[in-house]
Amino acid sequence: MVQPRKPKLAVWKFASCDGCQLSLLDCEDELLAVAGAVDIANFPEASRAVAKGPYDLSLVEGSITTPHDAERIHKIRRNSKYLITIGACATAGGIQALRNFQDVREFISIVYAHPEYIESLKKSTPIAEHVFVDFELRGCPINKMQLVEVISAFLNGRNPNTPRHSVCMECKMRGAVCVMTARGIPCLGPVTQAGCGALCPAYNRGCYGCFGPMETPNTPSLSKWWKKLGANDPDLVRAFRGFNAYAEEFRRESEAHEVR
Amino acid sequence: MKSGKKKKKTKNNNGNRRRRIKVNYMARVEGEGGLDIRIRNDRVTDVKLRIFEPPRFFEAFLRDRMFTEAPDITARICGICPIAYQMSSVHAMENALGLSIGGPIRELRRLIYCGEWIESHVLHVAMLHAPDFLGYQDAIAMAKDHPDIVKNALQLKKIGNDLVTLLGGREIHPINVRVGGFYRVPAKSEFKEIREKLNWALETAVGMVRWTGTLPFPDFEQDYVFVSLRHPQEYPFCEGRLVSNNGLDIAIDEFPQHFEESHVEHSTSLHCLKKDSGNYFVGPQARYSLNFDRLTPLAQEEALKAGLAKTCRNPFQSIIVRCVETLWAVQEAIRIIDNYEMPDSPAVELEPRAATGHGCSEAPRGILYHRYRINDQGLIEDAEIIPPTSQNQATIENDLREMIPKFIHLEDEKLKWQCEQAVRNYDPCISCSCHFLRLNLDRDGAVVSLP
Repeated sequence: MVQPRKPKLAVWKFASCDGCQLSLLDCEDELLAVAGAVDIANFPEASRAVAKGPYDLSLVEGSITTPHDAERIHKIRRNSKYLITIGACATAGGIQALRNFQDVREFISIVYAHPEYIESLKKSTPIAEHVFVDFELRGCPINKMQLVEVISAFLNGRNPNTPRHSVCMECKMRGAVCVMTARGIPCLGPVTQAGCGALCPAYNRGCYGCFGPMETPNTPSLSKWWKKLGANDPDLVRAFRGFNAYAEEFRRESEAHEVR
Repeated sequence: MKSGKKKKKTKNNNGNRRRRIKVNYMARVEGEGGLDIRIRNDRVTDVKLRIFEPPRFFEAFLRDRMFTEAPDITARICGICPIAYQMSSVHAMENALGLSIGGPIRELRRLIYCGEWIESHVLHVAMLHAPDFLGYQDAIAMAKDHPDIVKNALQLKKIGNDLVTLLGGREIHPINVRVGGFYRVPAKSEFKEIREKLNWALETAVGMVRWTGTLPFPDFEQDYVFVSLRHPQEYPFCEGRLVSNNGLDIAIDEFPQHFEESHVEHSTSLHCLKKDSGNYFVGPQARYSLNFDRLTPLAQEEALKAGLAKTCRNPFQSIIVRCVETLWAVQEAIRIIDNYEMPDSPAVELEPRAATGHGCSEAPRGILYHRYRINDQGLIEDAEIIPPTSQNQATIENDLREMIPKFIHLEDEKLKWQCEQAVRNYDPCISCSCHFLRLNLDRDGAVVSLP
């Protein structure tokens, strides 16, 4: 009997910290099992060996910030049956998307006296602004168990189970006391997508939005609550301009509080 | 084999032999870099560690952020060593505010750093570096022939991650570190489970030192300038003086007077050089060679038994040094946990003031320097970050220039792999090294500095 071909997995990096692909190597208990179930065809952080495409599943980390990368992502898309972005950089532009809010010409004049040495686009953009993306896995960093879930979902032809509700739900599920109502600590949990397990509230601090906006977040209402707790407009701008600053709902809310 | 790699061996009209070794995309390192080496008549004429990791401009967008945000933001420079960024930034901010934190909070900071060293070192030793010595493309292929080594390493790495997770909330970009301390400190009882695992970790770490001591090492020693922190009593993490084996002995805040960055065309990461003596070497091998007497007796004994001298000048042996430091970190973690008493408060309250602060800590890959100027509102006005890999770049290139003649007889494919291994000796973290704002441009010998 012919053995079924193992699906080919590829991991690609754009502008990022490497943390999301490291999540795969951090699956210490699952790594050898995953490596047994798939053919790791391109994963430079882990292996010298590279197999040619096409690939069954491409995991893409990082945002597009250079003209070269804006081309490279199209080649990857053409060579991939499914393309999944992993993390806040690939999904929302990442922390480096803070450049998108600067006066770009002024910014470039500070940084680049000799632009011929370094090529950089004016904006840091998510992968989905360039090519079709089959699934976006959120988080800064991603949750490694969600990564295992998404990989196995795609390899088995089903939808991944990654909830889009808010961090508040996770607080309730783990029995964490609400830091906002009980302790008056401003928290982005009510508008941030679940996925981390409500880590920050469990450690007595407010959520700072690693997983980006939840489905239909009510950011203006949350901003009003923050102001009742003493936050001012610059505080709100900084809060929404974090690792998912360029995600649409967070971007709109930060712009609403910008002092012009 | 890796696609996109080119090798050329040509003869020109004069009978000169030209070879070009090109690695378009370095594997088993963190971040995006390549290697370009030119050889003519068996002489190395050019070596370039090309770094094309796109710059992300951290120093630029740190401006106008609150001083309290620096540990969370700078952690995102590197997913492999976020604790290093958090530790250097909190120490720099506390330095600006005239604060020095001792007691259990200081011990917990050392403990979370132990976790990161264990996780990062074991990742590099077993997953990224060991396959070179044994001729495998990766650790997964290596695991088929050496299953126990890879499985034990993964479990040891996991214990490092468990320490970071227990104290930091998660292993990558932990959320619990803040300027002044932590958001939440654990009760002593929370260490019970990990304390038991650390006994196994100690045994396994000793085994790894012994195993790496048996690997084949090329005969290659260099007369390096090592730079690291040195503390009066401890193996260094976040405090002490910056010292070298050629006479440097300065306080952390004197760093800018003794080191300078320059920009070369082939790298989006600045090269950092010592002003009086040029290129230098930071990381485990430098720490070990400058602080051997600060290791525990067991770590010293195992190091010598594994074949290391008290000063290690062979960069290929860095794999043993990483295991020795892992062993030390496991022992240090045990010491801290056994002596731990929960502090009354998880953090010291802070009032911002206009000041400049410097911080330097020993990231797994070497010294990581941060400088911040903040105003009386606590907003960052200016930031400078110098990661270990930008400090080692010039030394890596130098190693290649010195090493290649010894291996010039190898065919191109083998020589290329040998060169890759020499780069991986440094565990370069390219994601880290590339995020500058200031630009020093060196062209035809004329250096242009820009703010």
